[in-house]
Amino acid sequence: MFAYLVRRVTYAVPILIGINLLTFYLFFVVNSPDDMARLHLGMKRVTPEAIEKWKAGHGYDKPLFLNATESGVGQVTDTIFFEKSVRLFAFDFGSSDDGRDIGFDIHQRMLPSLAIAIPSLLIGLLVNISFALLMAFFRGTYVDVSGVVLCVVLMSISAMFYIIGGQYLLAKLLRLVPISGFESGLDALKFIVLPVVIGVVSGIGSGSRWYRTFFLEEAGKDYVRTARAKGLAESLVMFRHILRNALIPIVTGVVVVLPLLFMGSLLLESFFAIPGLGSYTIDAINNQDFAIVRAMVFLGSVLYIIGLILVDITYTLVDPRVRLA
Amino acid sequence: MIKPVILWTDALVFLLVAVVLVFMVYARGKPHLRAPWQRVLRGRIAAGSLVVLLAFVAMGMLDSLHFRLPLADSGKGGETHYAVEVLSVLDILVGPLRTQVEKTYSAPFATHLYTRENIEQPDGSLLRDYPRLEYAGRHLADPARERRADILKRGATAIVQTVPAVALLLLAVAFLLGRRTGRGIRAALRDILQGRTELPWRVILGMLGLLLLLLFLVVHLGSVYHILGTDKVGQDVLYQSLKSIRTGLLIGTLTTLVMLPFAVFLGILAGYARGWIDDVVQYIYTTLNSIPHVLLIAAAILMLQVYIANHPDMFETTVERADIRLLFLCIILGITSWTGLCRLLRGESLKLREAEYIQAAMAFGVSHGRIITRHLLPNVMHVVLITVVLDFSGLVLAEAVLSYVGVGVDPTTNSWGNMINGARLEMAREPVVWWSLLSAFLFMFTLVLAANLFSDAVRDAFDPRLRER
Repeated sequence: MFAYLVRRVTYAVPILIGINLLTFYLFFVVNSPDDMARLHLGMKRVTPEAIEKWKAGHGYDKPLFLNATESGVGQVTDTIFFEKSVRLFAFDFGSSDDGRDIGFDIHQRMLPSLAIAIPSLLIGLLVNISFALLMAFFRGTYVDVSGVVLCVVLMSISAMFYIIGGQYLLAKLLRLVPISGFESGLDALKFIVLPVVIGVVSGIGSGSRWYRTFFLEEAGKDYVRTARAKGLAESLVMFRHILRNALIPIVTGVVVVLPLLFMGSLLLESFFAIPGLGSYTIDAINNQDFAIVRAMVFLGSVLYIIGLILVDITYTLVDPRVRLA
Repeated sequence: MIKPVILWTDALVFLLVAVVLVFMVYARGKPHLRAPWQRVLRGRIAAGSLVVLLAFVAMGMLDSLHFRLPLADSGKGGETHYAVEVLSVLDILVGPLRTQVEKTYSAPFATHLYTRENIEQPDGSLLRDYPRLEYAGRHLADPARERRADILKRGATAIVQTVPAVALLLLAVAFLLGRRTGRGIRAALRDILQGRTELPWRVILGMLGLLLLLLFLVVHLGSVYHILGTDKVGQDVLYQSLKSIRTGLLIGTLTTLVMLPFAVFLGILAGYARGWIDDVVQYIYTTLNSIPHVLLIAAAILMLQVYIANHPDMFETTVERADIRLLFLCIILGITSWTGLCRLLRGESLKLREAEYIQAAMAFGVSHGRIITRHLLPNVMHVVLITVVLDFSGLVLAEAVLSYVGVGVDPTTNSWGNMINGARLEMAREPVVWWSLLSAFLFMFTLVLAANLFSDAVRDAFDPRLRER
């Protein structure tokens, strides 16, 4: 187990290096720092001095890979690549275009993100499994068919409409909760309710339809037939046999997204003005703050890879037949 | 003379349509290719949603024939000058919808603006009231009294015109069916109406009738009213929604077209060759997959923005610039979405290369290239097809989200995402401006729902695992 973990983690290193090189290429080679400076300072009538000043201010005035003016280690370390890309590996994100420390901001914003993401995930899981179980229990009947149709209809609605519709209906017309905003501590509860509800509802369609196929797949297997042949009640078969085995793909599907919960939800957070990492990312994109976008790309990739490793571990835990070699 | 403009995306759209047509002709002669498609079309839901999809595609195609009109005063000096505005055939067909631009917001079927303005009275005094619209409802002398009757009358005309059109279609289909089965037109007519035909003609004709009714309604009502209202700058919302169809379809199809060669080639190669090639391909797709997709798209689009801003001379018109951005968005969406298909294909080829018939081919000394093209490729095509069809609706939905994030299509391009993005703030207005949002919702929902229903039918017909049950 331990040896396997070590190997998995070492395998992640070349992937992270690849991501790093790719983002570096996108951000610095496709367009030179001069282009970026011009974009930020306005396109027309920018003096070369202003560009130089902007570049120096943001640390983009160094050579890309090799600094010929320095000597020794400085040749490699005093470059844009080292300053902006290699340091990410130490989770040193540098500072954003308006001079704030990105690492500090990320720490600050993680909690609000999680406050939305974790309840949405847990409640959503519960709702989806129950709904899928209901459809699987009545498989082939009108309950099942209308359930599937409802799922397809729900899936066909863009997440944006769920958010806008929910905000309009629950917050503006019925005034049950505030439209948007966030506060720390227990006061946050009333701000969290609506995003969580919308997050759950918008996921029901695809989620329960997906889970339904897991249940149906298990329901067609031999051991289930044996259980029925023994004379077990259908509900007992459902909960004790089918549910337990169908949970394996469901749990692994959840585990892979667990680390990414830190990243928050782009749409929910920005619509509800929640100061999490999702809205942080969107603001950065809108302000064309490349430093933050770069940091988030790296963070997201690391979390995704952690998710992949977690899935492998979970497999051995939930399914004793799987042995890691 | 008009000057045809072939945008990059136009060319690709017609290439795609040509490929589909060629495939249809090819598949006609091959029973094993024809059979699953026939199974798809026999389903009532699938046939109905296909009609809707084809209507959307027709709109998108009409909107993909672009040209520039000559300026009125040109042609004197021997050289014609062309308007900067790039139009499409659809723009000409919908005529009044495009040209009748009001001042600002107006509600659906409204005759007055949505905001008060100072109106100068004949006696010189100023009155603060809702002014009449410049185009909509102009034919009414007293809108307050006549509007309802007028709308009803025009709606009734549309219905009255639809009935004979549908009857004519029904008779034509019955005639053809009757001749083919040799049972005569009356028997065929009865079969259709009772839903006993091989293809669900009743559903198909029903959907066609519904579409025709909508068309007639737009023809009769759209020329004198703004059926779905107007937006902030007074443009007809129905026109915007119709123009957005092309964008939605392009994102859904071109993305696939772009990603398909990579995914198929690399996936099959990795599964077939194994060894270090497999490792390299796996490394590539794991790396690309690890980057959060929205962020990768955002990074690429931001870079494109910088590039376009620094090279303004490369693009003749704003439409061409927007088009490049649309194409680039398709490419980058393709890069982020090919990994799933690639992984599936790798797994499938890994499995298939151990199958007896491929082992036999290897033992006979058939070359690798031939094994891949003759034996492997045809047997993984169902995976490709299912993935492509299933991905479509997701991509259409993704466009809206990306436009909201600010990394979607160009702000000047008509798209549902841009409509939602613009309408989002209008929900906070008092009174609420709801029609832009509603129209974007209706159009998008119809397209995505039809695509979802159709893709389910395709998956059921093509997936051998599902067929056995």
